[in-house]
Amino acid sequence: MSDYILSMKNITKTFPGVKALDGVSFNVKRGEVHCLVGENGAGKSTLMKILSGVYPYGTYGGDIVYNGEVQKYQSIADSEKVGVAIIYQELALIPELSVYENIFFGHEIKKGIQINWNETIAKSSELLKKVRLDVSPDAQVKDFGVGVQQLIEIAKALSKDVKLLILDEPTAALSETDSENLLDLIRELKEQGVSCIMISHKLKEVLSIADSITVIRDGKTITSMDMHERKIDESEIISNMVGREIGDIYPKREPKDFENEDVVFKLFDWNAFDPSKGRKILFDVNLEVKRGEIVGIAGMMGAGRTELSMSVFGNVKKYQIRGGFELNGKVERFKTPRAAIQKGLAYVTEDRKGNGLNLMSDIKTNITAVNLRALANKGVINQNEEVNVANYYLKETNIKAPSIEQVVGNLSGGNQQKVSLSKWLYAAPNVLILDEPTRGIDVGAKLEIYTLMNKLVEQGMSIIIISSELLEVIGMSDRIYVFAEGKVAGQIKASEATEQKLIAMATSA
Amino acid sequence: MKNIREYGMYIALVIIVLIFSVATHGSFITSSNISNLLNQCAYIAVMAIGMTLVIIIKHIDLSVGYVAGFLGALAALMMRADMPALLAILLVVLIGIVIGIGNGLLVAKVGVPAFVVTLAGMLIFRGALQLATERTGTIGIRNEFFISLGDGYIPSFGLTAGSLRITTLAVGIVCVLLFIYSSIKGRKNNLNYNLEVSKLPIFAAKIAAVSVFIMVITVVLAGYNGIPWSTMIVGAVLVIYHFITNKTVLGRHIYGIGGNTEAAALSGVNVTKVTIFVFASMSALAALSGVLYAARLHSATTTAGAGFELDAIAAAYVGGVSANGGVGKVTNTLIGALVMASLINGMKLMGTGESFQYIIRGAILVLAVIFDLTARRVRK
Repeated sequence: MSDYILSMKNITKTFPGVKALDGVSFNVKRGEVHCLVGENGAGKSTLMKILSGVYPYGTYGGDIVYNGEVQKYQSIADSEKVGVAIIYQELALIPELSVYENIFFGHEIKKGIQINWNETIAKSSELLKKVRLDVSPDAQVKDFGVGVQQLIEIAKALSKDVKLLILDEPTAALSETDSENLLDLIRELKEQGVSCIMISHKLKEVLSIADSITVIRDGKTITSMDMHERKIDESEIISNMVGREIGDIYPKREPKDFENEDVVFKLFDWNAFDPSKGRKILFDVNLEVKRGEIVGIAGMMGAGRTELSMSVFGNVKKYQIRGGFELNGKVERFKTPRAAIQKGLAYVTEDRKGNGLNLMSDIKTNITAVNLRALANKGVINQNEEVNVANYYLKETNIKAPSIEQVVGNLSGGNQQKVSLSKWLYAAPNVLILDEPTRGIDVGAKLEIYTLMNKLVEQGMSIIIISSELLEVIGMSDRIYVFAEGKVAGQIKASEATEQKLIAMATSA
Repeated sequence: MKNIREYGMYIALVIIVLIFSVATHGSFITSSNISNLLNQCAYIAVMAIGMTLVIIIKHIDLSVGYVAGFLGALAALMMRADMPALLAILLVVLIGIVIGIGNGLLVAKVGVPAFVVTLAGMLIFRGALQLATERTGTIGIRNEFFISLGDGYIPSFGLTAGSLRITTLAVGIVCVLLFIYSSIKGRKNNLNYNLEVSKLPIFAAKIAAVSVFIMVITVVLAGYNGIPWSTMIVGAVLVIYHFITNKTVLGRHIYGIGGNTEAAALSGVNVTKVTIFVFASMSALAALSGVLYAARLHSATTTAGAGFELDAIAAAYVGGVSANGGVGKVTNTLIGALVMASLINGMKLMGTGESFQYIIRGAILVLAVIFDLTARRVRK
């Protein structure tokens, strides 16, 4: 038997009009962690769908050789049977069911025609221990955050006796500690003989966990690197991913003194209570942003970063709020997003698919959605002007699409994010809140968004950037607030900040 | 592929018309039958246009059938009490709006699922209809103006060319000219802005096909009593709703809510207000539908409106409105309504038993949606 658990041989996949994969080959050794990296749209997800049987045998070219045998999966069930399990970025748990019901969902333990619940619960507890999760098996999944849910997904995969675990950007939505936990778990599983393919955009994480790395670009394998043969660094991977050298990923701005600038955004003793969760989510937050400043907000998942934006920006979640808020020197308490928008506040949400964009409609419609009234006379839209506006932002933010009539759902993550940004820029805000602006998008698009941010502050806009990527916060901000458990745990100038310092603050509360 | 989905319904309609014309040895395409078909179709078409908006914002309205029945009866009662017909119609449409606002408030403000709210409405207005007609049974209507809405034709002023009515021909020609003008203008505009346009032959073929279709219908109608008033009303409603959905901020907000409610809310759309508008417009159109139906029957009956809501929903789905919301066009819904009405009419002429009529209509509904889904998938 070869020491490869899996060989992908010359895989090709064509969609109508697009060659998504063009002869991709790579090998995964038994018991290794193999990372797949590449820009968005490089074909990684398509590749994983082929490997897991979503695209059945015959719809692609080339061979999947698993344990020395060519596989001809007809469906996901076939790949699961031989021990391949895939965990998607969008988790596939059923929120209303309990943890144990979820773990054995689809392959229930049966006694005759009945489900053997006792056995199910007992086995679930074992699996939860295995993934080092200290939760009760009969708790409901919806009560947990993404981090825990991810681990439950892995427990579910383990329950199927997995030999090859595929993780599609497992840490994209996780905070740093949760990510660390997950990576530790993957290492542990490796010790137990589970091979793993991991797709990730986070190169640091890739470098820390991978035994080998395959870079894919434009549907082709660019290179496979063995981490144990020689030392590989981030810049080498990046240049392979983008096909060019990227100097500094965070473009520099002129350092500036904000001492004498006006305060445009100010919160004092800001408290919020979330009635749907029945608990307080923000405690005495004091925060200010000056004209032309980029202020970073760092913190763990659930530290109250997104809740802060939601509470200020029209409070659609109906929090109970106490405290003061000033925008452009005036005391405000926005009851609807519309009111906030009219006063010059904009909020680009962290979840562009969930609550950011209308994926069914085209680029044009999305871009003008916020400020549509500017294009309308007595409620009738000037559609010629609308085309001009959309074309302007298509160029301005460099959205790569054949036309403004392209449906947004068909765009890559990076381009979707640019549409989302355009939509808010057209509302001409003077304070822009960016919540995870580069999550799940490729390096090239990230750089473009950073450059755009710099341009905007130069024009006098103020930006609040919320991000889980500490380097991004440090690289882009002038000043950083660190949140922990709904409180401001500390404030630091970006020039003095390091990852270690921020993590220390974020975990200090 | 995009074209196939867009024009699929139109092609299906033409095929259905041709098949029935042949199968009935021409009686389907006679002037009197087409005229009759349009009248039959009108009260469902009006309702289906409103339903399109409701489904686009991912809700449903099951109450409209009995709302139509009840408000038709109310109009009949008002006229029996010597109220002028126009005033009676205005009043019931207003009451319709109030009912719709009620539905909308319950759905958008209180958060009761639309299915439940309007199911309750269905029961309530069924009861109300029975109450209204309890004492008299069927309420006859004698007002000529009122009746003409469901059963009358635009005046000819005695002008005829051979056996054809000139006013009807004129309306048809004006429609065709307007259609051609706006199509060419739209295309030019899109070209100016470098937007996607269909290729010239396809574009020309589409214009020719629609023009010929309108003219054939016009000529056929001109040879009988002319264009029915009900058709003119459907036309007016269609134009208004086409304008709202395509050209206005309100229309954009409706599609926005359907596409992604949360994103729309965060973009500053007042979801509650728009939802209430959509339900109010729905019930107003239901009132109009009730008027057209009562006018057609010259009376308000105890069972008027039963099942209309399902016909309207079916017409919208056949016309390609997505059950997931966000997608749909009122023009296509009208075609959907015509397809369903043609099926019923044609099968009746062929002497198909009622039981089979239902089965075939059901099959067509499912087929249309399957076709729609497949076409959409291919596009991806």
